[in-house]
Amino acid sequence: MQTLHSLYNILVDIILIVIPLFLIVAYVTYSERKIIGFMQARLGPSRVGPYGLLQPIADVIKLLSKEIIIPSGANKNIFITAPIIMLVPSLLVWSVIPLSETFVLANINAGILFILAFTSLSVYGVILAGWSSNSKYAFLGSMRSAAQIIAYEIAMGFALVGVLMAAGSLNLQEIILSQSGGFFHWYWLPLFPLFIIYFIAGVAETNRAPFDVSEGESELVAGFHVEYSGITFALFFLAEYMNLILISILASIMFFGGWLSPFQGTWLEIFFDWVPGFIWLSLKTLIFIFIFLWLRATLPRYRYDQIMRLGWKVFLPITLIWIFFEGIMIYYNIEPWFSYVK
Amino acid sequence: MLNNIKSILKSFFLLEIFKGLSITGKNLFKKPITVQYPEEKTPQSHRFRGLHALRKYPNGEERCIGCKLCEAVCPALAITIDTEMRKDGTRRTTKYDIDLFKCVYCGFCEESCPVDAIVETKIFEFHFEDKNEKIITKKELLKIGDLYEKEEIKDRANIN
Amino acid sequence: MSTELLIFIFFSLLLVFSALKVIIVNNSVKAAIFLVLSFFCSAVLWLLMNAEFLSIILILVYVGAVMVLFLFVVMMLDINLSNIKEKFVNYLPLGLFIFLVIALLLILFFDNQFSDVDRNIVTEINILNDNNTMNLGYLLFTEYIIAFEIAGIILLLGIISSITLTQQKNNDNKYQAPHDQINVTKSDRLKIIKDEEFRK
Repeated sequence: MQTLHSLYNILVDIILIVIPLFLIVAYVTYSERKIIGFMQARLGPSRVGPYGLLQPIADVIKLLSKEIIIPSGANKNIFITAPIIMLVPSLLVWSVIPLSETFVLANINAGILFILAFTSLSVYGVILAGWSSNSKYAFLGSMRSAAQIIAYEIAMGFALVGVLMAAGSLNLQEIILSQSGGFFHWYWLPLFPLFIIYFIAGVAETNRAPFDVSEGESELVAGFHVEYSGITFALFFLAEYMNLILISILASIMFFGGWLSPFQGTWLEIFFDWVPGFIWLSLKTLIFIFIFLWLRATLPRYRYDQIMRLGWKVFLPITLIWIFFEGIMIYYNIEPWFSYVK
Repeated sequence: MLNNIKSILKSFFLLEIFKGLSITGKNLFKKPITVQYPEEKTPQSHRFRGLHALRKYPNGEERCIGCKLCEAVCPALAITIDTEMRKDGTRRTTKYDIDLFKCVYCGFCEESCPVDAIVETKIFEFHFEDKNEKIITKKELLKIGDLYEKEEIKDRANIN
Repeated sequence: MSTELLIFIFFSLLLVFSALKVIIVNNSVKAAIFLVLSFFCSAVLWLLMNAEFLSIILILVYVGAVMVLFLFVVMMLDINLSNIKEKFVNYLPLGLFIFLVIALLLILFFDNQFSDVDRNIVTEINILNDNNTMNLGYLLFTEYIIAFEIAGIILLLGIISSITLTQQKNNDNKYQAPHDQINVTKSDRLKIIKDEEFRK
């Protein structure tokens, strides 16, 4: 009975996370089209509903009602499972993300490792989709994306190593708590290069512009998901945007104090005491999502060899050097960031 | 050497990316130039060449004398004309077909016509729901001509 | 306890099944996918032993990196399977021999390990009285420091040797130099000729 009850609670929590997440994904696509539209002196979607607000719902209905086309010569089972493999890890990771002071589905000790492990799995979706489609473009796209994701995962991992060195813990809730003390106590200041590298590597991990060589409309049509249609395509779409939100929320947890109030320790603290932590976290996350969209509207696509050069020859050395510096800072207990490390 | 350091610093601090971001950031607050088509329309040139029409004289007599100059000059071979002798001894067309898929809207027919019978109107919003409708016949052309006459009177009044 | 046992039985059976599938399946890509599945199952088994660090590292390193590269290579292979299958039986004695040796080693190694049923190998190590990750780190940097450093040096050697293998430059090879390309300025490439000069 006890287990049944806790199972029921977990189920409710999962629904509380997943359903809003899907809605947010829908409206991130809407805001992406709207924001990029305005940046390019266009309007973006404006026909379905007031200001086009019902556009994502129309898109969902369209994608769900479309036929799933399986190309001849494709490996049917893998072709169907690839989008699922892509989506599942990006959903799983949400279980360890602390959304507020108390709300986290699984407060596990190895939170960062869990996230790194499961974000690295989404590459399987890409590879298998590309391979099983029996298409040149899809295959080329998946090859590119696999190499790119592996390259940037290392830089990203090192950036997170910096964070866990500073926090002295792998648990996400403890990482947030160790940043408490206001805007300048967050880790973005001592770990600034790592933060920049984490964010850029995150853009590369999610295969978004300017690192979208695996899709590359102008050269590979749509990359690894050329052959997908209907609901299978929708799953890829969902996974991509979920990863985008995930990278943004992780950036705000690791480097910007998660659900902590930015006014902690200043005279403004009392005025903003009533704001729940979840609001702060979502505000920070929204800023990063906006930067994602902003980058897409601004930058042209990287050439492939330049991407590899950036990942291996620039980001990796910088992260290693900064981790070394951080070690020195921790050794000398530089205030206020590293004062509590044992 | 100095240049090298400069370029390294430039790329290290992502200066050019921020420059690009600032441009798109500024554009975010500018007014979009989109014209919402069915509700709003861009102004049309008064030399616009759209759908064809056959004109009539004010007394109701059709202008076309079946000289076939337009058929000859048409670069896309879109015009087909058959003629006959009418009872009053004048030559008139029995068939005046324009294939609107072939037509390139160059306006040569309009230029070549000695009696200003074939003209191109400013109508550009037309569509076909059946493949056969692409060929527009004499009857339809004359009907469009009546419309054109009214529009033309209005336009001239506006210009003056 | 019963749920734990159920999970153990399910995943160990799945592990055996997927490990068998790795050898049986014809398609090499499918074999690689089954290998991934078996890594997953063993990660779950480790998780049951409270070794969350090891199990997640298994997924992170083997599934997330090694197997991706493996799949990467396997996908591009174009092997005619019928040729290989013909000679399959020839390797049977050798395969059986290796299997027996490994089985013998495992039996010898684990024979006395499990004599005491209540002993849990991984969670036994509890020096800092803290979580598994800290214990592991503490042990690695104290008791097993030499082995740890040797492993590190071997890995470094691997990195250096693979880089030297790829860095052998052939003069016939053509490749781009992104560094030089990035440093090009407008004045290097573009010469603006004034109109008056052009007229002369």
